[in-house]
Amino acid sequence: MTLNRRGASTCVFSAMPAIISAASVVGPREGKGPLGPLFDLVCKDTLCGEMSWEKAETKMLRQATDLAQAKAGIEDAHVDFFLAGDLLNQIISSSFTARDKDIPFLGLYGACSTMGEAIALGSFLIHGGFARNVLAASSSHHDTAERQYRYPTEFGYQRVPPSQWTVTAAAAVVLSSQGYGPKVEAVTVGRVTDYGISDANDMGSAMAPAFADTIWRHLSDMGRAPEDYDAIFSGDLGRVGSKAALYLLKKRGIDLEGVHQDTGLMIYDMEPEICSGASGCGCVASVFAAKIYPEVRSGKLKRVLLVPTGALHSPTTCQQAESIPSVAHAVSLVYPEWGEGGS
Amino acid sequence: MTRPGTRERDEYNRLAQSFHTPRPILRNTLMAFLVGGAICTVAQVILDYLLTKMPKTQAAAMTSTAMVFLGAFLTGLGVYDEIGRFAGMGAALPITGFANSVVSPAMEYKREGFVLGVAARMFQVAGPVIVYGSLSALLVSILRLYVFK
Repeated sequence: MTLNRRGASTCVFSAMPAIISAASVVGPREGKGPLGPLFDLVCKDTLCGEMSWEKAETKMLRQATDLAQAKAGIEDAHVDFFLAGDLLNQIISSSFTARDKDIPFLGLYGACSTMGEAIALGSFLIHGGFARNVLAASSSHHDTAERQYRYPTEFGYQRVPPSQWTVTAAAAVVLSSQGYGPKVEAVTVGRVTDYGISDANDMGSAMAPAFADTIWRHLSDMGRAPEDYDAIFSGDLGRVGSKAALYLLKKRGIDLEGVHQDTGLMIYDMEPEICSGASGCGCVASVFAAKIYPEVRSGKLKRVLLVPTGALHSPTTCQQAESIPSVAHAVSLVYPEWGEGGS
Repeated sequence: MTRPGTRERDEYNRLAQSFHTPRPILRNTLMAFLVGGAICTVAQVILDYLLTKMPKTQAAAMTSTAMVFLGAFLTGLGVYDEIGRFAGMGAALPITGFANSVVSPAMEYKREGFVLGVAARMFQVAGPVIVYGSLSALLVSILRLYVFK
């Protein structure tokens, strides 16, 4: 059996799976942001016509998956796996979305890195010959996250500068063994890192070492430099985390200046209330679906590295003064025309 | 290295701190002073009015009640969290902030029912204040009773 690995830990695909469609559904605040016109659907309010925020998040995730399937022209019967995750306890938004679909379901949890995890696993399933089409999705909702991780939504408290604003958004992609779309070229699955940050209001700093570790491993495994990518996207390090990550990489001789962008800094006009930037499973997923995906599909970007990062803490571990473990997965995507035979 | 030793961890913590934007302490203090002051001025106006109608102790209790109502009302309208966001302690410290801390979880958990939602979670935020408030009141009373007679 040929081993599809390069370097110490990067998986490369000899037959690259394609992402043949992507769809995003966002809340009103995200709709007013700089990427507003690019999203497929913008909810009028944060309840999206539902009775609770949890129901609203599930509805948004269902709409995103329905849209991604419709764009690809693929019905439930032809999707072999549904991979999804979100921030809520017992990943209810994903499971409740799967309830309405006739697709074998695998629930994932990687906090904000979930979309990277889903695309990586979907690509493995397709490349391994276990699936033709895979639906990968993730979601987050500001108010459901706020009440689970912080305070009741109407409680008046002051946010601190390094904190990040959870995005209300859901996004889905369809991965396929055939069809046109950006190809998944390589995947580096992250190692869980912990540099001792225990402040739940500073997830950017907690996740930065995970991002730096994955980038370093990916580039050395692939024998590449940052310039080999048109862009390297981190999935929600925010202002503080981005600075820390770039500093850590510079110490290892890797300069991401000019190539690196953070999806947490792309989705909103940076009002003071947003503090350090955006976060949440839905942030990197919806920015990918609405902005990065079309640009790679059209060839505006020829090769990008998508690196969603997740802080793997819970309110309980934080109250018990545990530090925050983090993970980051790197997914290298290339312009479809480059897909055959690789480069 | 995925989990460095204590020295590297401390070093990284210091590094991360250096990337933080400093808290706007001057602005926060000023906003807290102005908004907190405004809330207290409203209370003072109510108290002065009530003093013309009733004895002092009764007027004070009535004023507190009015302010609690005001805080709860503004929370219900979805305004108090906005005030709290820019006024910080100026909105949290007066009794209106206490009302906000009780009414906001009550509103939040209504969807989980009136018993296990509203009633069980109502003091989620205010609970610790009540517990330690009562406890320190007890300690101060003991001191007053036996030490500073």
